[in-house]
Amino acid sequence: MVPVIAARHVSKTYGKGDAEFAALDDINLAITAGESVAVVGKSGSGKSTLMHVLALLDKPSQGSVSVGNKDASRMSGRQLEALRNKSYGFVFQQFFLNANDTVLNNVILPLKIARVGRQERTERGLKVLRAVELEDKAHNKAANLSGGQKQRVCIARAVVNNPDIIFADEPTGNLDSHTGKTVEDLLFRLNKKQGITLIVVTHDKDIAARCDRQIHIKDGKLIGRSAI
Amino acid sequence: MTPIDLFQTASYNMLRSKARTVLTIVAIFIGAMTITLTNGIGTGIKSYLNRQIGNLGATNVMSIQLTSSSSSGLGSAGSAPAVYNPSQRAVATASTDPHDGGSMQLLISAKDIGTIQAMPNISSVEPERAISPDYISGTGGKFQLSLQQQFGATTSDMLAGKGVDNGSSENQVTVPVSYVASLGYSNNQAIVGKLAAIGVTNAQGNQSVVTATVTGVQQKALLGSSSVYANTSLANQLYKIQSTGLPASAASAYTTVDAIFPASLTPAQVSTLKRDLKAKGFTGQTIKDHEDTVFMAINAVIIVFDVFGAIALLAASFGIINTLFMSVQERTKEIGLTKALGMSPRRIFTLFSIEAILIGFWGSALGTAFAALLGQAVDTIAAKGFLKDFPGLTLLTFPLTTITFVIVGIMLIAFVAGTLPALRASRKDPIEALRYE
Repeated sequence: MVPVIAARHVSKTYGKGDAEFAALDDINLAITAGESVAVVGKSGSGKSTLMHVLALLDKPSQGSVSVGNKDASRMSGRQLEALRNKSYGFVFQQFFLNANDTVLNNVILPLKIARVGRQERTERGLKVLRAVELEDKAHNKAANLSGGQKQRVCIARAVVNNPDIIFADEPTGNLDSHTGKTVEDLLFRLNKKQGITLIVVTHDKDIAARCDRQIHIKDGKLIGRSAI
Repeated sequence: MTPIDLFQTASYNMLRSKARTVLTIVAIFIGAMTITLTNGIGTGIKSYLNRQIGNLGATNVMSIQLTSSSSSGLGSAGSAPAVYNPSQRAVATASTDPHDGGSMQLLISAKDIGTIQAMPNISSVEPERAISPDYISGTGGKFQLSLQQQFGATTSDMLAGKGVDNGSSENQVTVPVSYVASLGYSNNQAIVGKLAAIGVTNAQGNQSVVTATVTGVQQKALLGSSSVYANTSLANQLYKIQSTGLPASAASAYTTVDAIFPASLTPAQVSTLKRDLKAKGFTGQTIKDHEDTVFMAINAVIIVFDVFGAIALLAASFGIINTLFMSVQERTKEIGLTKALGMSPRRIFTLFSIEAILIGFWGSALGTAFAALLGQAVDTIAAKGFLKDFPGLTLLTFPLTTITFVIVGIMLIAFVAGTLPALRASRKDPIEALRYE
């Protein structure tokens, strides 16, 4: 079975000479479709860098990342943009919502970028908002939502373009345990019910435990059983 | 994003920081208004002058003088006097200008007139005679006047009647509108067809009176037409009386003659004619040459004001750069997010460029609109006030082409100003932008 994302001998270094610092050091991993994977490690361990490289937001210094059976380094900027827009969904710890715009407009941003027509994107936006139980807030300003509601809006935004993979970077990091649980359930429901591959960078042991697989990272290296 | 989405998003973004945007727009507004107003004044005055040039005389007339070989005017101070030539006569033209020492003007003889007449493209040559009648009188008192001979067709704006007929053997005049009441008539129509008496004194001091029919009333103008215009018949008669008792040689030598050329000549042909005249020792000047001198002065003033406007716009364009840099800074995370979600750098660049162009558009559109309104208000007030006696003069004229040109030009400047911030936005690294602080 072809993995959805695979990393081969991926390294990422910053700086030069004495100041050289390896954020990622010879990472090898493969993630299959429908899997839920937790990337676990202390802060500064390189887990965010790993997510950026896997999400094609960053290029590795050495090694290669392949998506399906395509080598990402051989893809044009346009192809990478299209891939991120159509196949990937992003959920960030800090939400990154436009606070002054409406909830609906925030959710349909990926569709706007993808040049989806006005009517269709409104329909799809409302549909995903219904799924996260925020349809009634569609025309409210994003600034007026609670933290948990904001993260649910982010999840709606992540799934509005029917992605294959969701990258979630500390999705519950800014939430209390109760609302965090709601967001967590939502992400796993998408994984189980719709078969969306879930890659979560997290400190949260509960979330990590609920994932099919945990990848432990320390000083840019995979450790323990996750190392292949 | 589709072009419509880009446009709407840019509009929305522009209004996110209203105070900042408004201030930038105000800066452009001032520049656009200045440029529109100065151009409006320039266009208004020039179009008025164009119509008034007719009052200076026909356009197919060239005034010709002998090119002075020596003069004591500015720039030739200290040059030796010319060798005496018994076949040439000269008069010293006294000057009222204290900075001008006066100059020697050679007189054109009957032989010179023959030379000019023989040249190609010259229809006829008329000596420009200084006719100095004493007075003009209508139904009542006698009034001083300045009188000029009408050459060619009348091109003055006539308020009543028509211009004089040079082919007629009858004595004819047209009078300026300001003369009508003095000559004893209640309105412009009443004087047309009536007789006016003109007094003239000969060289021996005897005064005679000549009558002439008033054929029309000239509109008051800024240039030229405070003179009474006489047809050839009247001018000949007056000059004949005036010259009675003068030696023949004095009566037939002139400082200036007027050559009439076919009105169909192209500007290039007129230039050739001037060059030919120059080769024979004459200097020819058309009305157009005088007009060009006046326009040059007006253009110089307009250019100075335009430079002020341009400086205002230059300052305003830095305002655009500054405003957009601040926007890019504030929206760093948002730019990072849209890039992460698949927006291309080129579209980010377009988005910020549209925002810059929109700022330019609103500033220039409001500025030109305000200038046009202001101009209309000034014109209305002026037409009732100090320009009451100048019908047809609008101080400010705003052709749509000028306004369009100003708006499009400023939008272009805004785009250029916006490229720097837009480029910075398009090059934002999404990871850098989304990094947690």
